[in-house]
Amino acid sequence: MTKTKKKVSNSSAIQRRLIPSYIFLIIVCFISVFPIYWMLTAATNTSYEVSVGKIWFGTNAWNNFQNLLQQSIGSGAPLANIMWNSFKYAGVQTVLCIFICSLAGYGFELYHDSKKDKLFAILLLAMMIPGVATLIPLFRMMSAFHLLSTVAAFILPGISTPFMIMMFRQNSRNFPVDIMEAARIDGLSELAIFFRMYMPIMKSTYAAAAVITFMNAWNAYMWPRAVLSDNSAMTMQMLVANLSNGYTVDYGLLMMGVLFCSLPTMIIFFVLQKQFAEGITGAVK
Amino acid sequence: MSKERNIQAKQQRAGWLFLAPATILIFIMSFYPMVQAFIISLKKGSSANMQWQEPLFHNYARILQDKTFLTAMGNTFLYLIIEVPIMLVLAILLAQILNNKDLKFRGLFRTMVFMPCAVSLVSYALIFKSLFATQGLINSGLMNLGIISENINWLGTTATARAVIIIGLIWRWTGYNMVFYLAGLQNIEYSVYEASKIDGANGWKTFWYITVPLLRPVIVMTAIMSINGTLQLFDESVNLTNGGPSNTTITMSHYIWNLSLGQGVAKFGYASALAFVVFILVGILAFINMKVGDKRD
Repeated sequence: MTKTKKKVSNSSAIQRRLIPSYIFLIIVCFISVFPIYWMLTAATNTSYEVSVGKIWFGTNAWNNFQNLLQQSIGSGAPLANIMWNSFKYAGVQTVLCIFICSLAGYGFELYHDSKKDKLFAILLLAMMIPGVATLIPLFRMMSAFHLLSTVAAFILPGISTPFMIMMFRQNSRNFPVDIMEAARIDGLSELAIFFRMYMPIMKSTYAAAAVITFMNAWNAYMWPRAVLSDNSAMTMQMLVANLSNGYTVDYGLLMMGVLFCSLPTMIIFFVLQKQFAEGITGAVK
Repeated sequence: MSKERNIQAKQQRAGWLFLAPATILIFIMSFYPMVQAFIISLKKGSSANMQWQEPLFHNYARILQDKTFLTAMGNTFLYLIIEVPIMLVLAILLAQILNNKDLKFRGLFRTMVFMPCAVSLVSYALIFKSLFATQGLINSGLMNLGIISENINWLGTTATARAVIIIGLIWRWTGYNMVFYLAGLQNIEYSVYEASKIDGANGWKTFWYITVPLLRPVIVMTAIMSINGTLQLFDESVNLTNGGPSNTTITMSHYIWNLSLGQGVAKFGYASALAFVVFILVGILAFINMKVGDKRD
C-alpha cells in the first residue's frame, strides 16, 4: 500500500518536472499544426473572409471547389485529369523504383564481392549531384528522344536512386542467407529466390520505400515543370502553383487547390506514418 | 570441384545482372548528364546550334560579374547559416524530449511535430505566402494584438521576405530531422540515461555530454542533407517570393531555371556553368562536413 503511494507521488513529481517540456511541446505543436489547420479553414471561406482573418470553418467550400474546377479547365485540363496524371506518374515511378532498386540492393548485398562494393561506392557519389546540375542535359535528352510530356520523361531520372539502393542494401543485412542455400538445393533459380523469398520477407522495407517514393514523386515540382510542357500532362503541383500567379489571388480557391494537392499525401501520412518515418530514415541503420 | 566453381560463377553473374538495371540508369541519368553539363558549360548559342565559347572558360569568367548570381549565392549561404543550425538544434531538442518514457501523449506530440512533412513544398510555400500576404492573417493578427499599427509588406521587403523563407524552411523540415534523431536515440540504451541520472547529471548535462556525442553520426548526416537541400532550394523561392522583390531573395537553382527553361532566351551554356558551380559547392561542403564530423576527441 505504502509502496504504491510512494510510486504515485514519485510519478507526479516526475510529471511536475516535465511541465516545461509540455509547455515547449504544446507551443511547437501549435506552430506545426496551425498553418495546416488554417489551410483547411481557408478552403471553406471566401477570399474576403480569409483576408479579414477568419480562422473558423465557413460555408463557401462548394463555391471554392466549383471555381477550382473552372480554373483547372482554364489552365488546360480538368481537375480529375490532373489528379489522375499525378497519380499515374507517382504510381508508375513507385512501382518501377522499388523493383529496380530492390533488385540492385539484393545484388549488392547478397552477392557482394570487392568489385561490387567498389561500384556501389561510385554509385553513392550520384547523391552529391544536385538536380539543377543535370536539369539542362536531361531536358535536352528527353527532348531529343521526343519524350517531353510523357510518363517516361517524368519517371526516368527518378527510378534508380542511390538512396533507395542503399536502403534495400542496408535492410538486406537482416535477410537470412541460409534460406538462399536451402532454396538453391531445392533447385530454385537465383531470380526465383528473389521473387519467392526475398520480396515476401522484405515486405516492410518495400512498404517504407513505396511510401517515401510515392510522396517524393507526388511532390516533385522542378523536373515536371521542365518536361511536362503540354497542359494536358500537368501535375497537381503545377496546377496549384499556377493558381497563385494572377494579380488578384482568390485565397479560398487557392487553399482548396492546396487541399486537393495535399490530400493524398496527408492520407498516406496519417495511415502509414510508421512506414513514412522508416522510409526517410531507412538508409541510415 | 569444377562444378562447384561453375555454380559460384553462375551466382556471381546473377548478382551482376541484378544490379545492372539500376547501375545503368544511374550512369545514364546522373553521371552522363553531369559530364554533359560540363561540356555545355563551355559552349554558347541556343539549344539547337551550340558552339565552343572563346575563350573556353568564358562562361565561368562571367560569373564573378553577375550580380544576381552573387546575390543568389549570398542568399543561399544566409539561409544555410541561419536556418540549418536553428532547425537541427530544435530537432535534437524535440527528439530528446519526446524520447523521455515518462512523457504522456508522446505519439500525439510526435505526429503533430512531424505533420508539416505531409504537405508538399509547393503547398506549404503557398500557405506561407498567403499567411504573410499584406492582407494576410499574420498582419491582421499582429494588428489585433496592437503590436503593429499598419500592415507590414512582408514579402515586398528584402529582409522580411528572407526571414519568411527561413521561417518556412524551419517549419517544414524540423519534424523531418527530428525523426532521424528519434531513430538514433532509440539505438542508445536507456540505461545510459539512468546511469547519468544516478551520477547526478541534470538535463542539460545529459544533453550535451551524452545525447549529442552519441548522435554525432546522425547529426553529420542530417547536416549534409540539409546543406545539400538548401543549396538546391527551388520550390520556395519560386512559389513563396518568386525571387522578389527584384531578385533579392532568389536562390541559385531558381536563377539557373530562369536563365535556362524559365523565361525568354534559353542561355544553356551560361546556366550550365552556374549549375556546375552549385555541384562543386555541394561537393566541397559535404567534404568539409564529413571531415569535421569525423574528428574524434
